[in-house]
Amino acid sequence: MAILSKDEAQAILKKVLGFSKADECQASLNGRTTGNVRYARNSVSTAGATDNVSLAVEARFGKRAGIATANEFDDATLRRCVQRAEEIARLAPEDPEYMPLLGPQQYLTPTAYAASTAAITPDFRAQAAGDSIALCTAKNLTAAGYLEDGTYFQALRNNKGLEAYQQSTNVDFSITVRTPDGTGSGYATADYTDAAKFSAKNLTQIAADKAAGSRNAKALEPGKYTVILEPAALASDEGLLNNLMYSLGAREADEGRSFLSKKGGGNRKGEKLFDERVSIYSDPLNAEVPSGVFDGEGLPVKRMAWIEKGKVSNLYTSRYWAQKTGQQPTAFPGNWIMEGGTQSVQDLIKSTAKGILVTRLWYIRDVDPQTLLYTGLTRDGTFYIENGQIKFPVKNFRFNESPVIMLNNLEAIGRPVRIGGNLVPPLKIRDFTFTSLSDAV
Amino acid sequence: MKRRDFVGLTGLATGALWLPSIPGFGGSLVDPARLLEPGLDVAMKKRLADVALNTAKSAGASYADVRIGRYLNQGVFTREKQVQNIVSSESFGAGVRVIANGTWGFASTNTVTEAGIAKAAQLAVQIAKANSKVQKEQVKLAPQKGFGEVSWKAPIQRNAFEVPIKDKVDLLLAANAAAMDNGASFVNSVLFQVNEQKYFASTDGSYIDQDIHRIFPTFGVTVVDRASGKFRSRQALSAPMGLGYEYLTPKSEDKIAGPQGSDVVGYRNSYDMLEDAARAAKQAKLKLTAKSVTAGKYDLVLDPHHLGLTIHESVGHPLELDRVLGYEANYAGTSFATLEWKAKNLPYGSKQVNIMADKLQKGSLGAVGWDDEGVKTKEWMLIDQGKLIDYEKIRDQAHIVGQQESDGCCYSQSWQDVQFQRMPNISLKPGTQKMSVDDMVKGVEKGIYIAGNGSFSIDQQRYNSQFGGQVFYAIEKGKITEMLEDVAYQTNTLEFWNSCAGSCDASDYRLAGFFNDGKGQPSQSSAVSHGSSTTRFNAVNVINTARKI
Repeated sequence: MAILSKDEAQAILKKVLGFSKADECQASLNGRTTGNVRYARNSVSTAGATDNVSLAVEARFGKRAGIATANEFDDATLRRCVQRAEEIARLAPEDPEYMPLLGPQQYLTPTAYAASTAAITPDFRAQAAGDSIALCTAKNLTAAGYLEDGTYFQALRNNKGLEAYQQSTNVDFSITVRTPDGTGSGYATADYTDAAKFSAKNLTQIAADKAAGSRNAKALEPGKYTVILEPAALASDEGLLNNLMYSLGAREADEGRSFLSKKGGGNRKGEKLFDERVSIYSDPLNAEVPSGVFDGEGLPVKRMAWIEKGKVSNLYTSRYWAQKTGQQPTAFPGNWIMEGGTQSVQDLIKSTAKGILVTRLWYIRDVDPQTLLYTGLTRDGTFYIENGQIKFPVKNFRFNESPVIMLNNLEAIGRPVRIGGNLVPPLKIRDFTFTSLSDAV
Repeated sequence: MKRRDFVGLTGLATGALWLPSIPGFGGSLVDPARLLEPGLDVAMKKRLADVALNTAKSAGASYADVRIGRYLNQGVFTREKQVQNIVSSESFGAGVRVIANGTWGFASTNTVTEAGIAKAAQLAVQIAKANSKVQKEQVKLAPQKGFGEVSWKAPIQRNAFEVPIKDKVDLLLAANAAAMDNGASFVNSVLFQVNEQKYFASTDGSYIDQDIHRIFPTFGVTVVDRASGKFRSRQALSAPMGLGYEYLTPKSEDKIAGPQGSDVVGYRNSYDMLEDAARAAKQAKLKLTAKSVTAGKYDLVLDPHHLGLTIHESVGHPLELDRVLGYEANYAGTSFATLEWKAKNLPYGSKQVNIMADKLQKGSLGAVGWDDEGVKTKEWMLIDQGKLIDYEKIRDQAHIVGQQESDGCCYSQSWQDVQFQRMPNISLKPGTQKMSVDDMVKGVEKGIYIAGNGSFSIDQQRYNSQFGGQVFYAIEKGKITEMLEDVAYQTNTLEFWNSCAGSCDASDYRLAGFFNDGKGQPSQSSAVSHGSSTTRFNAVNVINTARKI
């Protein structure tokens, strides 16, 4: 069984540390039980399951470190794993960025586990796929979807007194529905900690409506448009907001190679770079998007503001960089939450005189790290809005836009929903830059 | 945030990273010496394979195959004067794939014993039978003869794992020093090495033992101008190759100069990392003050390192038959090049466009003797004088296009993932008339020469794409005049290939490659090469990517 209890896991780690002769030794156990089902052309194509638990041992002599792993836990294997880590450490070069292992830490009580998700069976997955396919078959539409669920645990222990354990669960579903003639396509995606909230039928219905409604799209001239970006357009497929969050590294900023680098040296922490309604923070105990309470090194994850009222309030800072620059280290967060309002996507549409509703942005790649310029395309449901109503589907566009510019051209923020473990509101943005048309459906 | 987000934040290009998150770096971390220890004896592998096949058949499978795989990886990571990480890993196990009740089933195990493999085979049959209840189309396999007991070895001269780690570290640090000496503010360099030891057996009567090697030296150089707050980068012009460590011994005959006035050198079957690092630093510095391009239509002269990525995205992916049929609709997407589109006989490209697929080219990433379902590899044409004539297929797809055989495009990234259709090498054939890069540039009135692949993005049906590059040079009246910046071209696949005005001859031909091409859910990684000579495309739409924030 891949999911060990706290006591089972710590008993193994305690034994591992007992075998170590190194100056410093840290051991971790990571386990996962996952399952998936994939379907396309209204038929299941593949299904799989994994069950895996692995031990990693890091041994250190002075500033030299070695890591070894094992996935069996008898005494002989544990002893060999520790020895191997120690042998590798002795041969390793000194790490100029060495940081001592952490001592005992205080953690929040994690809330990211749901028994309903841990209890998912292959039948549950087959039923979800079956429901989704049946809905589409009845409407003469074609479904392609993917469902993956997992239960995870992580345990850490070292010879400086650190001890940590957490469990989590996740269900992730995405569905693309197409019309049989290939002229319409719709998409929906959602993820949950608690599988009880998941309905393949409801999500498939959304994608099916978008597919049917996006037939015979009209071409609009590329240019600058007011857009309503649905949460999936902002944060699935490595979306623009994810990319912004990736780019908040203190070291890159201090080294002069980030959009947060300051002319003449230093970084732009504390500067107002976005509309004052933009606030983004992490919180491992958020009820909708609970996440881990410690990171891979064992640093406690707590509520942490990244952008407050448009100002950059914190940058991601490793322990090494924090020590070098006299800052506080930041634990690596498990989620991000963008504050929003109460308006639904429908409400945002109602208040729009002219604009474009975007379901999904796709193949997003960086163009210029200096300005955080990205390119990509709309996909699976793009609609023209006039006088507060969706008028007709439009052909897909390529965009070239920077999230920094986008979050300065903010018209309205809607009610956040969970996407990819983060809370993301729909956004209405003016002057979003579409640079060409695509014939893709 | 998910694990991939962590990689995104810490960044290969800019800082430390956690290795097991890199595709292909699964498995257990091991002592580097372990990478030279022999794997299971072939006779033992055959015995275990027979257990899998017999168990599957007894359980009701009409077809079964088994892959016993040992996947060895090593990565050496440095920045400036320091080693950041050295990781060696091994992953060993077996995957059993079966057809029962006309439906696929797959299961894998890392307990490579008779009992472990038999259990996986039984589970695969169980899964197939369970899935057959919701299956609408029965699997139909193209016939495949058995090859008996055969083997294939990559034609390498020196196994990279035999080279002491110190030598590899010395090479990377020397490349970093070359960059720093020439004005770099930062440099990250990496050497990836892979060895796949794969044993395949099937109920068709094949027992295939293969030894595949890949190597990828690369770096990123950044120059920062603190006063203006500007920074520019230039990535290595190396290609990942299906070669051994010999790729890192530079040979003068493998260096191919770009057009006069460009200061570009490309590499064929060996790579001069130090020279390229020094040149990258100089070019990154020049990029800081290069002229920002004026948007408009330009004739583009694209070097093979750059063009390989455009071929990959706008020909390689749209001609994958699983995408064409809709199996990737929810993730990677579908294709404009449907069977109905092909039947219209519209030109994919100009008459100059001859594109072949293969799994044979020596030193390429796609080269193997047999694919992951026991099909002997081959070469075939996809686009002949601009006309689409074929797709990339595996055994269960051939019948859909009325063909009798697979193209040998089946691949799985490891023993624990199910094999499926992946891209073979896709290459643009060189021009048949003698033509050098200088000859080509001479004929261009207003154009841009682009070397190296950069930013890339294409829609889910592969119509609209946007590509950047590493270095850009203006061409005016047949001559390179100056360096440009902020260049990207936006194009439609069919317009682009129909604007192809011809390629340089075979003396300019070389491979570009991609180490981690992603596809499928859960996503799998594969490696593929793309050959071409420098090629001209007329009147392509170029945009200016400079912005103010």
